[in-house]
Amino acid sequence: MVASQKSPNLVVIQLIGANDPLNTIIPYGNPLYYDFRPNVHMKPEEVLPIDDDFGFTPHAGAIKSLWDQGKVALINGIGYTNPNRSHFRSMDVWHTAQPDKIATEGWLGRAMRELDPNAENVLTGVNFGRGLPRSLSCRGVPVASVGNLETYGLFPDLKDEQEKHYALEAFAQMYGGAEAHDAVIDFLGQTGRDALKGADILRTAPAKYTSSVEYAPNGIAQSLKNAAQVMFADLGTRIYYTSYGSFDTHGGELAQHASLWDDVSGAVSDFYADLEEHGREDDTLIYIWTEFGRRIRDNGSGTDHGAGGTAFIIGNKVKGGMYGEYPSLKEEDQLDGDLKANNDFRQTYTTILERWLGLDAGPIVNGRFEPHDFLDK
Amino acid sequence: MSSQEIGQMAHLLRRAGFGATRDELEEYVEKGYEAVVEELLHPGDPQNLPDDIIRRYHTEQSELRLADGAAAYWMYRMITTKCPLEDKLALFWHGLFATAYVKLNQARVLLNQIDMFRRDGLGNLSTLMVEMSKDPAMIIWLDNNDNHKDAPNENFGRELLELFSLGIGNYTEQDVKECARAFTGWTLGNAEYMASRASRDSIWPYSRIAWHFEYRDYDHDDGEKTFLGETGNFSGDDIIEIIVRQEATARFICTRLFQFFAADEVDEAGEQLINSMVQSYWDSNHEIRSVLRTLFNSEYFKSDQARFARVKGPVELVVGAVRLAGSYRTPTQGIEQVARQAVYMGQGLLQPPSVEGWHEGIEWVDSGALVERVNFVAHEMSNVNNPGVRRIIERLATENGGVLSPEKLVDQCLDLLGPVMVSDSTRKSLVNFAARQGDLNLTDHQTGDDAEQRVATMLGLATSTREFQLA
Repeated sequence: MVASQKSPNLVVIQLIGANDPLNTIIPYGNPLYYDFRPNVHMKPEEVLPIDDDFGFTPHAGAIKSLWDQGKVALINGIGYTNPNRSHFRSMDVWHTAQPDKIATEGWLGRAMRELDPNAENVLTGVNFGRGLPRSLSCRGVPVASVGNLETYGLFPDLKDEQEKHYALEAFAQMYGGAEAHDAVIDFLGQTGRDALKGADILRTAPAKYTSSVEYAPNGIAQSLKNAAQVMFADLGTRIYYTSYGSFDTHGGELAQHASLWDDVSGAVSDFYADLEEHGREDDTLIYIWTEFGRRIRDNGSGTDHGAGGTAFIIGNKVKGGMYGEYPSLKEEDQLDGDLKANNDFRQTYTTILERWLGLDAGPIVNGRFEPHDFLDK
Repeated sequence: MSSQEIGQMAHLLRRAGFGATRDELEEYVEKGYEAVVEELLHPGDPQNLPDDIIRRYHTEQSELRLADGAAAYWMYRMITTKCPLEDKLALFWHGLFATAYVKLNQARVLLNQIDMFRRDGLGNLSTLMVEMSKDPAMIIWLDNNDNHKDAPNENFGRELLELFSLGIGNYTEQDVKECARAFTGWTLGNAEYMASRASRDSIWPYSRIAWHFEYRDYDHDDGEKTFLGETGNFSGDDIIEIIVRQEATARFICTRLFQFFAADEVDEAGEQLINSMVQSYWDSNHEIRSVLRTLFNSEYFKSDQARFARVKGPVELVVGAVRLAGSYRTPTQGIEQVARQAVYMGQGLLQPPSVEGWHEGIEWVDSGALVERVNFVAHEMSNVNNPGVRRIIERLATENGGVLSPEKLVDQCLDLLGPVMVSDSTRKSLVNFAARQGDLNLTDHQTGDDAEQRVATMLGLATSTREFQLA
């Protein structure tokens, strides 16, 4: 299939609970790694080597293949100064691009407001999961949150198709009249019609979709399959969001972390194969992030909350490689026992916003940040 | 008992509580409107689910340190309380003095704060504000533990004036500084221990045990301060005494109460009611109970103008639907999902988005939230096994000789669900839906049979209306 000239898409995957960077991109050539991780480590022979110093966890083998094709940028040592080690607060920092005070507008919500200033498309941003991640939240910006694409919409409890048809028809009528001369009733009417429209359009996506890719039955794979279905239905969606976890591996890390990365890596590589099958690999960028890293020293069976982490940027247009310096493990370079971040996460946001979505990043990320070079200017 | 009386009582209970079933409304009407107002304003035994019962079935609600379990626990209380204004008002203060789990990582101390709102929420404003200023969750939330004699931190002092009382434009930057000085030394017991463990323990940075207030005389700046034109060696208590005497405070608090309990938008008649509330505030020496009495007994509140003049907040909507459906009256698997439903709709209990609380009114609703709202309420109301739904079916069957025309079915459902007042076109759409299957025969109905299912589907559809989104 010939690559299309579509508007660029952004697919965001949030690893909830703080992924352990040291067991993801493993500094297996550094003896300090084994000193600090007597129990929770990968053996040198297990690691999928990048070079003599670093390698991927064997549970990200499918992403490693994309790396070998030069499609993966690793942003090592990503974070912010004065890191907060509370999951909730740190997620909010990343969601709102605001480490200094409590903010409410999401950076992707702001981006969507720029992409579709008049909110003409109710599907500019779609979240695959329940509820609205704060990244997407911005006043006046409609976002659809889809738990399951097959059943998305109103009245999922009505099993009888005919009954449901009439119920939806009644709903459309009830939310249709603008005769009320009441601003709130009118607003609810418009919102109800938007919801119906969004659901109607989204519902068409699975039926239009054909693919030879078989996604695994786990949550992240199904969410990315839903994202592919929506993308290939050409509904004008630009931002796709989903989350997976929990990566909060305080105990039993090796087993949990392995299974989580098997899922994520498999899902991302299946999704990438689907993009290629549909000729969409040139206009899609995948961004994977987590709220912070984990403590350098293990706690016996897991790791506690830390600071600097690793983010992933994946796509055909990505200049693969290591970006950001991999933080030093030396005691004197640590930040209270954690990896010290050396690049602000808003540099990565700025790169994505300016070089991928073509937006002015400053007002969205609350300041000017030096972009990385994983995308061409 | 007139439908007018039922309608008015339903309105009162939607605002001063989380709605009521028809049986409950009939009991309330027997007592009389003003007597019910007094009952609501003087909460006795809430008779909510006892802790030991909840804990037996819900381990996640046993120690209440985690946000999900704590939110579900409060949800149980809202669903089962016999003193609904107590918790409705706690929800109001929770939105106004908004403190969030995100920074605390300890939900127990937030529930303690909610308990304080229950205890002091109807009383004297200065008592409430002093308690709020001493509240451990608030102290960490707005950094008053970092507010020292020789290094003041203005966060709490500023928000106290800007968001909690006077409102912007009614104080100067100098007032903020002086206010912060007065609250130096208002901190937590074991603050140093907590700070040291915060650097080591990433899961429970401020420890697992409950926190308590401590006043440290040696860290309190006892010097002279000039605050809002008055000069003295003010303490935090003195500052609050000055704050509650300000016209701007009276107007700010009364306006916020008006918007939460009477109408989202303040029109001219609303301004007049706020004036009366402010007058009650002065007459009662700053008592919230008196202000609310004036509100609930006012002609404005009882008039058509105030009916359905508020967009239901997610928690109100969820708790109201559950109370109407009669579900979750006993420990039930899935209660944490009920609390999470409100999160999906944009309101996580104990997790306000910022110190500003939630943006209310039409900002509650966007297309994603509306889908969640409609689907949740329809799910509760279209389950014929829910006790509240069964009761509605019983009443429909016995009060109508068993057979209902489509019009009758729609009108009776709308009536028993509220009454919900809908536009002619909404009613017509519902009638058209019902008319496809002709008259409904409920004689000899059996649980879950087609006739009952028709009622349940109609209840689901009638609660998915625009009008049902309003309180």
